[in-house]
Amino acid sequence: MPDDSQRRFEEDLRLDRSVSTPGREGLAGTAPAEMYGRARSTEEVTQPPDGRPWDVQPQWRKDFPIDWPQDQFVARRDFAKFLVLTSASFAAGQAWIAVKKLARGSGSPPRMRIALLAEVPVGASLQFSYPEEHDRCILVRPREDQLVAYSQECTHLSCAVVPEVEKGVFRCPCHEGFFELSTGRNIAGPPTRPLARVALSVEHGEIWATSVDERTV
Amino acid sequence: MRLRVEREFSREQRTTVVYGVLCFALIIVVLQLWLLTATMNAWLGGDGSVVWPALFVSVALFLLNLGLLRSLL
Repeated sequence: MPDDSQRRFEEDLRLDRSVSTPGREGLAGTAPAEMYGRARSTEEVTQPPDGRPWDVQPQWRKDFPIDWPQDQFVARRDFAKFLVLTSASFAAGQAWIAVKKLARGSGSPPRMRIALLAEVPVGASLQFSYPEEHDRCILVRPREDQLVAYSQECTHLSCAVVPEVEKGVFRCPCHEGFFELSTGRNIAGPPTRPLARVALSVEHGEIWATSVDERTV
Repeated sequence: MRLRVEREFSREQRTTVVYGVLCFALIIVVLQLWLLTATMNAWLGGDGSVVWPALFVSVALFLLNLGLLRSLL
């Protein structure tokens, strides 16, 4: 076609054939230096995230071109690393529980005398420590013939529960958790487990703690 | 004789693989979180029988996650 030959002629005129042209230094021919380099695949070419051509991109993106597909690939791989780190921390948490279980041991606590029965009138309560000194418990006598004792630590966040004998409940003032006085069962508020129950026995007018019964329901 | 052709994944394909691994890893991590809270609740409630099986399963899930991550690197 005549147009094609004319166009080729005009392009030839535009070519700078001098050897000193930037990018052609040292070459005897007219081919640019990068012509013999490895051809770049489309994946290696920076692509704007919106897919529009570079001409219509904002100036800041032209000034700081980022290989967005590669950036997204790396970001997701890093997130996978973060997830595996989280997974490791959960496994470590399980190991910590196992270590605590080993440290706690499986032996039952020794019997301990709490008080004389006559020292606890009906409707009254008495604090004591069992089985260790820092394990605060509370003894309540709601009726003449009933004695109950529980750990005083709320099963939510370990605040001390307060007996309200006339209402038949233990109340946790920190987050308004409620437990049934007669059973220790959680009945309202954030606690998800009942209070740990202290088994009691009355012998010769004395109240003894014999064991601690931790429960999930 | 079978000719085995080793072909490298393209970046788009690798990103798809990463998405798949991310989904698996996320499910595993959520499972581990549930396992940890359930074990903690049971142990604090005096039921220590679940501690060792839960530890075994949690470590196995972590190793599975680690294997998935190694497939990405």
